[in-house]
This record gives sequence, structure tokens and C-alpha cells, in this order.
Amino acid sequence: MKHFTLPLSNEDVRGLKTGDIIELSGTIYTARDEAHMRALEHDTRGQILPFDLTGSSIFHCGPIMREKEGLWELVAAGPTTSSRMNGLEPELIKRFEVRAIIGKGGMSQPTIDTMKEYGCVYLAITGGAAVLAAKGIKEVKGVHWLDLGMPEAVWVLEADHFGPLTVAIDTNGDSLYKKVEEHVHEMLPHIKKKMGI
Amino acid sequence: MIVDIELEQAIVELLRKAVVELPLDITKCLTEAYEHEKSPIARMQLRAILDNIDLALKTNTPICQDTGIPLFFVSKSSSFTHNLSDVLRKAVEKATPLVPLRPNAVDPLSRTNPGTNVGEGMPAITLDEHDKPYTDITYFPKGAGSENMSRLFMLTPSEGIAGVKRVVLEAVVEAGGKPCPPTIVGVGIGGAADIAIKLAKKSLLRPLGSRNRDSRLASLEVELTEALNATGIGPMGLGGDTTVLGVHIKMAACHTASHPVAVNLQCWAARQATLRIHDDGRMEYL
Repeated sequence: MKHFTLPLSNEDVRGLKTGDIIELSGTIYTARDEAHMRALEHDTRGQILPFDLTGSSIFHCGPIMREKEGLWELVAAGPTTSSRMNGLEPELIKRFEVRAIIGKGGMSQPTIDTMKEYGCVYLAITGGAAVLAAKGIKEVKGVHWLDLGMPEAVWVLEADHFGPLTVAIDTNGDSLYKKVEEHVHEMLPHIKKKMGI
Repeated sequence: MIVDIELEQAIVELLRKAVVELPLDITKCLTEAYEHEKSPIARMQLRAILDNIDLALKTNTPICQDTGIPLFFVSKSSSFTHNLSDVLRKAVEKATPLVPLRPNAVDPLSRTNPGTNVGEGMPAITLDEHDKPYTDITYFPKGAGSENMSRLFMLTPSEGIAGVKRVVLEAVVEAGGKPCPPTIVGVGIGGAADIAIKLAKKSLLRPLGSRNRDSRLASLEVELTEALNATGIGPMGLGGDTTVLGVHIKMAACHTASHPVAVNLQCWAARQATLRIHDDGRMEYL
């Protein structure tokens, strides 16, 4: 298993291929629909974000957090469905040099194309396995935009060998999900014939 | 008779149980799927799922960070006199920081999150009456990943059973890895638009691996399960032999000119728990 420390460089991610299994250490930012929208709005208005996404890894995740004596403690942190961010991700990757997206379910062609052009990978982590995932986070370093609510806020997480993460979309434009989809569409005529439809 | 506050406390515990302890029928099917899978990537997903179920139980932590929106299904005896909506609302509010549950309920227009998991029409309660000497309250938290893949098809009667097969296949293929497969596929046939959707959801309450009492539906469930697993979507949409753990179908009579079919998917973390309140005041978790 390969191990990388964040922030990632263009060379780091261009060396990865679909099917590789990796672990990440360093700062990871959670971001979902609302945080993506706000980050892009801020940038469009010329405002600087309160966190630096250069070379970063964005985790599509709305964690459960518990506040204890003024400190945040991570309870559970599995991935959310990445496809909801399909319309926003290409711009985010382009504008902020994001190098890795961690999520589940894969992303659409415009994001795959942007990843290829700008140097970014998609890392799959098992959906629903939220207690296991949280084991790879050693500290909650902070939170931004908590007014968006606990799931939609940007949580700054300190990862320690976070993973295993499967490279599911690489910088060559290869996608494990696309391969599976192609296989499914090859199977469909046989399945339909057997069912008489 | 138990008082409201006792019932409220029992429901808070019901919510904790539901999000922490996966029912045994689900874990059994997931274990069988792991043993059956050959592809390394599919085995890796199922291994993580099984390890996570175990870890959640040992650490008393919610299995998934998406602890869902609060849905209750209640079968009420005629002697049950509690103000249910009030008790359930208070229990959800109390359980949210205590378990903890992720605050998921937001205003659909402003998207503001009050942080309590309650709001207009939430928690949602489906109430049925029965003539048994107890009341069953089932907590069925539903995550968004699988719920977002729900479909309603108003088919024409001429499309028949073939139409049902076609749309169930279409719904599962289009959903791909998004609803956290392996899923349980809830199908509602007949009734009207709203009824078909409700039937699809209610079918998910049935124990996994149990046989449908209607032999026509039972054979359709088997045929669909085999067909959906032949697609090769696999755990998390990364390929494999286990796309669904089962297909559950419920039906109702419908208009002669209608053929409603609804599909409601359930992620592998098929969480539910039931509290039985006997008319004599005894309470037990099923």
C-alpha cells in the first residue's frame, strides 16, 4: 500500500493508476454541496477562502461531531454520494488545485476530464463504514462555515494513515466505475432476454 | 400504564439501538455475500462493511454518519392512548445530541438546519391500527444516499409484469454505486402514486431472507434478485456478484387504467429497531 502526506503535488497524483490502494496523512477538508457552492461564490467575488485548498484532498463527507469542553470530537465519518457534486467539482478542481477527491459512487465525465487536465484523482472509500473511516482521523483541527449545519460545514481533519482508499478515477481519464458500467451494459441484453423483456 | 416520559426514554433507547446495532438478518446476508464474492475489490468493500458493523457495536457508535431522517412505523392497539407525535418528537430531539445522531432535517427552501432532527412534518409517523394487545413502534432511519435513488413509474396496464421487471432493472442500473450497494430493493406495485411509494418503503421493513406470502410475488422477487445480481454492479458499484441482498415486493389493488410501480432502495446499512408496548404496560425491544 502506498502512503502519501498532504498536500499532494501534480507529480504525486499523476503517478497513480486505477486500482492502486493508498493511505493519506495530513490535513483533509470535508466539503459537500453547500460548502462547494460557498467556496465558488467566495472566489467569484474575489474573496479569499479561510482555508487553503492548494494540493488538498477534499472529503465528500458530513461527519457526526460531538462537542466536549469546547473541543470537537469525531464520532463517525464515512463518505457521501459524490455525484451530487458533479456540477460543482470541475470548477473547484480548476480554481483551487485540489489534488484528490475522497468519496463514494464515482463522478461524471466532466469531472473525469477535469481531473485528467488539471491533475486530480478520485479515491473511493467504502460507503457506510463510518466508524472504521473515523479511525484514520486523529484530530479535528477546526471547522469553517458551521452556519451551514454540521453535515455541510467544512471540517478540518488531521488524518493519520487514512484509508485504505482505492484510486477509482485516475489522471489518464480511467475510471473503475466506467469499466463496471460498460460491463453492465454488455450484460443487460442477456439479462433482459432471460427475463423475457 | 406507563407515563409519557417513560415511553419517551424507551424511544430514545430505540433510536440508539437502531443506528448502532444492525439487525442480524442483514449481517448474516452480508457475511454470506463476503464468503461468496471472488473479486478482490468487492471483498475489500464487504470486509470493511463487516468490520465496521462489528466496530460500531463494540464502541456504541452509529454504523454510518448518515443516521437518516426519522421515520416511524406504528401498529397501534386500541388501548394505546399516548400522544404519539408529541412523544416521538421529544424523543428525537433528546436522542440527537445523546446518541449522537447527525442533525439531518433542514428547511427545504432555506436549507437551514435547526440541529434537532425535527421540523415541519418530521419525524414522520405512519400509523396503522391493529386488534392485538400491544403496540409496535418501529424506528426506520433512512439515509439520503439510497433514498435519493427512489423512482416512481406510472406504467400502462398493457406493460404488465414485464413492465415491472423492466423498471426495477432500470432503477437499479441507473443508481449504480450511488445508493451504497449491496442494497435491498423495495418495490411497490399498484394502489395509486403515493400508495405505490409507501408500499415500496414498507416492504423494506420485512426481515431479509423471508419469503413473500404471495407466491406470485415470491417468484418475482427471486427472479429479480438473480437478474440484478447478474448486472455485476457489485458492492459500492466497483464490480462484483452482490448488487442486491434481496428484493421485497408489496402490492395493493389499483385502478383498472393504472399500473403504478415504485422503487425505494435501502443501502446495506438497513437499520431498524422495534419497541413493543404491551397493553399491560410491559415494554420490550424486538
